[in-house]
Amino acid sequence: MAVDPRAKTNPRTIVQMVVVGVIASAIGIALGLAINWFPVQGSTQSKKIDDLWNLMLIFAVPVFVLVVVVVLFAVKEFRQRPGEEKLDGPNIHGSTKLEIIWTTVPSLIIFVLVGYSATVLSDIEAAPANAAQELKVDVYGQQFAWTFKYTGVDGKPVNTTRLYLPNHQSVKFNVHSKDVIHDFWIPAMRMKIDAVPGITTSYRITPIREGSYPVVCAELCGLGHAVMRQTAYVLPPAKFKAWLTKQSQPAGGGAAAGGGAATAAIDAKTLFTKGNGNSTACGSCHQLTAAGTPAGGIGPDLDTALAGQSAAQIKQSIVNPQAVITKGYPPNVMPPNFAQTLKPAEIDALVQYLLKNQKK
Amino acid sequence: MTAAVRQPGWTRAITAIVFGIAFSYGLSIGARALFGYDPYLDGEAVLQIALIATPFFFMVGLGLFDYWGYWMSGRPTRPEDHSGHGAKSWKSYFYPNTDHKVIGVQYVVHSFFFLFVGGLFAMLIRAELAQPGRQFLDANTYNGVFSVHASLLIFLFIIPVFAGLANFVLPLMIGAPDMAFPRLNALSFWMLPIAGVMMLGSFFAPGGSFASGWTAYAPLSSSAPIGQVFFTIGVQFAGASSIATALNFLVTIITMRAPGMSFFRMPLLVWANFATSLLVVIATPFIAASQFFVLLDRALGFNFFDNGQGGDVLMYQHVFWFYSHPAVYIMMLPGFGIISEVLAVKSRKPVFGYRMMAFSLLAIVVLGFTVWAHHMFVSGMQTWIRVPMMITTAIIAVPTGIKIFSWLATLWRGVLKLDTPMLFALGFLTMFTCGGISGVMLAMIPITIHVSDTYFIVAHIHYVLFGGSLFTIFAGTYYWFPKMTGRMYDEKLGKIHFWLTFVFFNATFAPMHLIGVEGMPRRVADYADQYAGWNLAISIASFGLGLSTLVFAYNMISSWRGGPRAVGNPWRALTLEWQVSSPPPVFNFDTIPTVVGGPYEYGIPGAVHGVFADTPPPVTARTTPATTSSPARD
Repeated sequence: MAVDPRAKTNPRTIVQMVVVGVIASAIGIALGLAINWFPVQGSTQSKKIDDLWNLMLIFAVPVFVLVVVVVLFAVKEFRQRPGEEKLDGPNIHGSTKLEIIWTTVPSLIIFVLVGYSATVLSDIEAAPANAAQELKVDVYGQQFAWTFKYTGVDGKPVNTTRLYLPNHQSVKFNVHSKDVIHDFWIPAMRMKIDAVPGITTSYRITPIREGSYPVVCAELCGLGHAVMRQTAYVLPPAKFKAWLTKQSQPAGGGAAAGGGAATAAIDAKTLFTKGNGNSTACGSCHQLTAAGTPAGGIGPDLDTALAGQSAAQIKQSIVNPQAVITKGYPPNVMPPNFAQTLKPAEIDALVQYLLKNQKK
Repeated sequence: MTAAVRQPGWTRAITAIVFGIAFSYGLSIGARALFGYDPYLDGEAVLQIALIATPFFFMVGLGLFDYWGYWMSGRPTRPEDHSGHGAKSWKSYFYPNTDHKVIGVQYVVHSFFFLFVGGLFAMLIRAELAQPGRQFLDANTYNGVFSVHASLLIFLFIIPVFAGLANFVLPLMIGAPDMAFPRLNALSFWMLPIAGVMMLGSFFAPGGSFASGWTAYAPLSSSAPIGQVFFTIGVQFAGASSIATALNFLVTIITMRAPGMSFFRMPLLVWANFATSLLVVIATPFIAASQFFVLLDRALGFNFFDNGQGGDVLMYQHVFWFYSHPAVYIMMLPGFGIISEVLAVKSRKPVFGYRMMAFSLLAIVVLGFTVWAHHMFVSGMQTWIRVPMMITTAIIAVPTGIKIFSWLATLWRGVLKLDTPMLFALGFLTMFTCGGISGVMLAMIPITIHVSDTYFIVAHIHYVLFGGSLFTIFAGTYYWFPKMTGRMYDEKLGKIHFWLTFVFFNATFAPMHLIGVEGMPRRVADYADQYAGWNLAISIASFGLGLSTLVFAYNMISSWRGGPRAVGNPWRALTLEWQVSSPPPVFNFDTIPTVVGGPYEYGIPGAVHGVFADTPPPVTARTTPATTSSPARD
């Protein structure tokens, strides 16, 4: 004799749902933890944030599975079958017991998660035990490049466009903006903060892994927002110290960065299309057929804008782009820092390259 | 000809626009001459004045202020003979009308037009992002396209389409002959096309359209080219429209319920719009303020956001989000109402825990005002406020959870009719849960620090606004289509639409979680090569999603033109709007109904929500026998 499933919930259905739910949750959690969500862990902060993420996944998957399983089983058990067109369900208005359960249980989960998150927050922002040892770097955002200010070994400021960080040492970034809002983010380090005109914002990280990592602007800042990308280098502490010492010497400049022996011939085309790993690439914004860079519209099309320009004029447009603004383009779009990010030899090579590809 | 210019209508409206433009030139040149500015003629100054003034000239020309004008000037007003009620042909929809049902249709059709326009912009975005590097949009156009995409879909689709659906069904549901303020209702609608034309028209502005996102953060927005002003002023009209409609809903709900319709006998859609209207009335003035600040900075050299002159950049974000977080609920609560209606009728069961469903809406209204700064966890604001805002944000999951679980309990042991509205409702339950879960993750400050301004946010907002709001809009549109048009839609096409949308929606937005956490920032025309694979897959899926809406459009248009006639109550629903003919009579009810019980008494044979007899029986629904049939009229 068929029992009407709508008169009373069949206990077997509940058992089936629990079994399916547990299996699906287990698979979901395993999958969630197996996915390589994040970039490499570059800082102590990244480990803590990734752990919090995993905890959230462990709570999130069963909630989603619960909703889906109830929907699917309700469809399977209670969907309207032929002959049931005039049938109604039972006139049930609610259950105080159930309502208390589904108010209190989520509340408890929420408080656990919020409490744990607050702990993680205080951990990732904690000052190091030995605050005097902490390296302080001033970060300046401007359309569309980052510059950095260190305190040199002689106590004088060192301005550079390269972000070098010593491994295993706490670093505090004091972030400033010269124009609109930017956001200073190194995904491998997990931390970010807006660069806000008029105030100084900050965060700290402790790098744990040598290597190079993308620096990204995460707040829409105008035309070149997408290309406002640079690189952070984490060095062994000794190497970092050597670099900073070299920067502090008057003649050092930003040019010899990277512990670099002088490079041989400069490949101007690569410089144009990719930058030198430090400068913004010309081709990100400028079209030049010879280099194969497409129309972008951020900067003038060099196929036409170069016509009739002398070497001196081209050089001026690179090192001091505000001097002459091409008609139809707004000022203050091209980063004014190429005199710092490029070596003199690289600038000369670029000028020669552009002259060579000048269309008459 | 002169007669046409004197009569309210399009001829007079277009003439008025010409006068409006002339007025803008005159005011600008006159003021500049008076102060001795050189040159007298400044195109941008004229444009900014024209953007504010011309819409008023247009609305006066169209006749929206005629009655009030007569009244204020002491001339005899024309007695309302109700001859303008109802739509006589499709042309009636292009003129101001005070019938809430006509306005409802105007709202819904107008909003869906902008869904398709906004969707086309989404297709452009995905085409550009299919590969790294530049395809065919330059950076300025790209920034403009995603800014206009978001602005249109928020201010001209989701918010007004809910107002439109409620405009049509809410007075019917509470047994009222119309909205409380029919002329204000007409004015509210006609402010929307103005906002829409402005936002689209911004592409023709010198320097391109507004390109600082729908959030328009200062100082980027206060220093952007003139296209920004099209957003700044367009939002004022959309916002004023929302506020006027919300006031109208509040007064209608409070004062015009049928006899016997206590607050706890109101359908949950009415509760949801009551809650939403409270949010709109309290919060919307804040976005108006934020945009006025930007306008004053730009046009008159105020320094609200110029830090060099004592301005405060973060203030913009606080004022903006004090509206725009509640706006998330403005875009979601009416959908909750739709889902409650659809699930009860299609499961043939009362909504589980009706009172808690109503209270949880009010809880969300109150909590919604205490969480705005969670959008600013990495903005550099004072740090102490973050943890309190994290707590309030997470607590909102509790009333939201109550709603989800109550809907699941409503399904349980019902008789589930799996037609198109129900499929979208079930799709909503699962997809909105996804968006809710990522929302709780985003409440956790350390996670937000990493994923804010990434594609994870893009994924989250689309799970909430597409998988959440838009699914409820589709459910509601299919559900009330017979009532609004008097025709049945094509069920088979509806189901195809659902499955295509459901599959391609997930294929489009689920991978965005991955690339976001991996480190891809949002609002970029170009991205690092490592994200190329997923972006191509997302773009292909998004084109499928775009095409799926064509099935919907075809179904709606062809069914409206030639679908089978709908009976008064095709769903055997109990709420009042289904107890009249489809479409309803011009004045909704020939006799005002008396409400005798709850709106969802399914499972009691013969139970009714309202009766139309002249002398209502003084008994409750639980014991009322089926003495009164639905008086369907034609």
